[in-house]
Amino acid sequence: MTKDECKQIVLDIIAEIAPDEDLSDVKADVGLRDQLDLDSMDLLDIVMELRKKYGIDVPEDEYPQLASLQSCAEYLTPLFNSVKA
Amino acid sequence: MSGLAAGIRLALFDKNVIILERHNVSGGLNSFYSFDGRKFDVGLHAVTNYVSPGVKGTPLVKLFRQLRIERESFGLCEQKGSKVAFPGVELCFNNDFTLFESEVARAFPKQIDNFRKLMRIIYDYDELSLEAVELSTLKILDEHITDPLLRDMILCPVMLYGNAQETDMEFGQFVIMFKAIFCEGFARPFDGVRRIIRALHDKYRSLGGKRKMKCGVKRILTEGGKIKELQLDNGDLITADHVLSSIGSVETMRLCNGQPKNDLASEVGRLSFVETITILDVQPRELDWDDTIIFFNDSERFDYRRPEDLVDPRSGVICFPNNYRYDDGQELPEGVFRVTAMANFDRWTSLPEDEYKAQKELWYDRLAEQAMRFLPPLKGHTLKDLTQYLDMFTPRTIKYYTGHLAGAVYGAPHKVKDGRTHVDNLYICGTDQGFLGVIGAMMSGISMANYHILSKD
Repeated sequence: MTKDECKQIVLDIIAEIAPDEDLSDVKADVGLRDQLDLDSMDLLDIVMELRKKYGIDVPEDEYPQLASLQSCAEYLTPLFNSVKA
Repeated sequence: MSGLAAGIRLALFDKNVIILERHNVSGGLNSFYSFDGRKFDVGLHAVTNYVSPGVKGTPLVKLFRQLRIERESFGLCEQKGSKVAFPGVELCFNNDFTLFESEVARAFPKQIDNFRKLMRIIYDYDELSLEAVELSTLKILDEHITDPLLRDMILCPVMLYGNAQETDMEFGQFVIMFKAIFCEGFARPFDGVRRIIRALHDKYRSLGGKRKMKCGVKRILTEGGKIKELQLDNGDLITADHVLSSIGSVETMRLCNGQPKNDLASEVGRLSFVETITILDVQPRELDWDDTIIFFNDSERFDYRRPEDLVDPRSGVICFPNNYRYDDGQELPEGVFRVTAMANFDRWTSLPEDEYKAQKELWYDRLAEQAMRFLPPLKGHTLKDLTQYLDMFTPRTIKYYTGHLAGAVYGAPHKVKDGRTHVDNLYICGTDQGFLGVIGAMMSGISMANYHILSKD
């Protein structure tokens, strides 16, 4: 999986949990919560969906790694690739 | 309702969930019943917390996201307009907060700056914090609002719609309810609360959640500080990794083995209500009864506490479920006129049966008469001429159908914000956890499922 594919997966999850958000212009290097109306409950749902759909566990102290699309891609892509392998 | 919401959250993430319901309908304190072919809502006058599509960051929006339910499935239609009515002064409000603010400025010109300062405190307060310390609402209001009449006019709707404590109110609870009523607003589905319950059921079922009706929990059997088994009314025993209880905190404690039957008596809520429901053969608007909800009071000071007498008719709530902006100009088939007032549980439940019936009739008349003092007078009719049907529920009815001790619809005076109990894997959700109203009940179930189960996986 590439980092761009990983970003798309995160965007797809956000589209599912927050269908009322406009995701057409999300900037990868800006914090998700700075440009979208997401709260800690939504963040929990992103984590829960990663586990449910892809078997990826994000421990609570590593939630800050999910701050922006870019940081999601850096953190999650290796995890996706190791789950696949 | 909190239990259904918690069930949906858990089922969403593939937990094996079962909802145990003692009654034959869901909804708890926000349920409905049928009589003579008519369906009546129990609690719901209005769904509070209503915001228009596109408004973000409020409980209603969080709720739809967390439950993955489309907002249309609740069919919420906005109120026409409501008011707080005291002798000689009225404050109108609707779902646009600027109306209420301008009403305060009109009726209390010397207080408007104070009121705006109070609003800053309300906006800045984190009422959803699970760790907040308890503050006195009276103390905070008295520091800002120097006219006791305005103070009482603010307290009246907020307390009547959700305060479990006599006389004062915990400030976090006040902020939740103030925002729910004034900053957000009222709405109702055309079919009443059953539309919301149906939407929750449909979602829960689609996720594979199981539900057992007419099957309450009789005992909670614990061992080593954890739940070992639940004993059901039918004698079955079931086990679970986690149990969320929405029956009330004292009610839950008393089910646990080793707890005395009258445990925590001082923690039982003291506030209960009577409600009269009058079915009219006209629409309320034909009588110029155009308000959605009227919070009234005619005592010198608004006095929120269990009355000495069976009922305290001095203050209460009038509700016309007809007066919402239903889609396509739809109208409810009959006029509905509901009046709610504080009542004394002990007095109602100690009456012998024939006296109970007689007192219901007496208080029906008194409450209707009192409410009509706050409504435009009937021209050429009496209420009796217009009445098709009437019903009334009392604290006894509430206890019978909901199981809430002392018929306390708003539960125990002290809330368990983090939902924890003395048993490791037993948590409280619903009114005794402390989020208020229909939307609050669902948010409570969601928060507790998230906090204690999903985020701990």
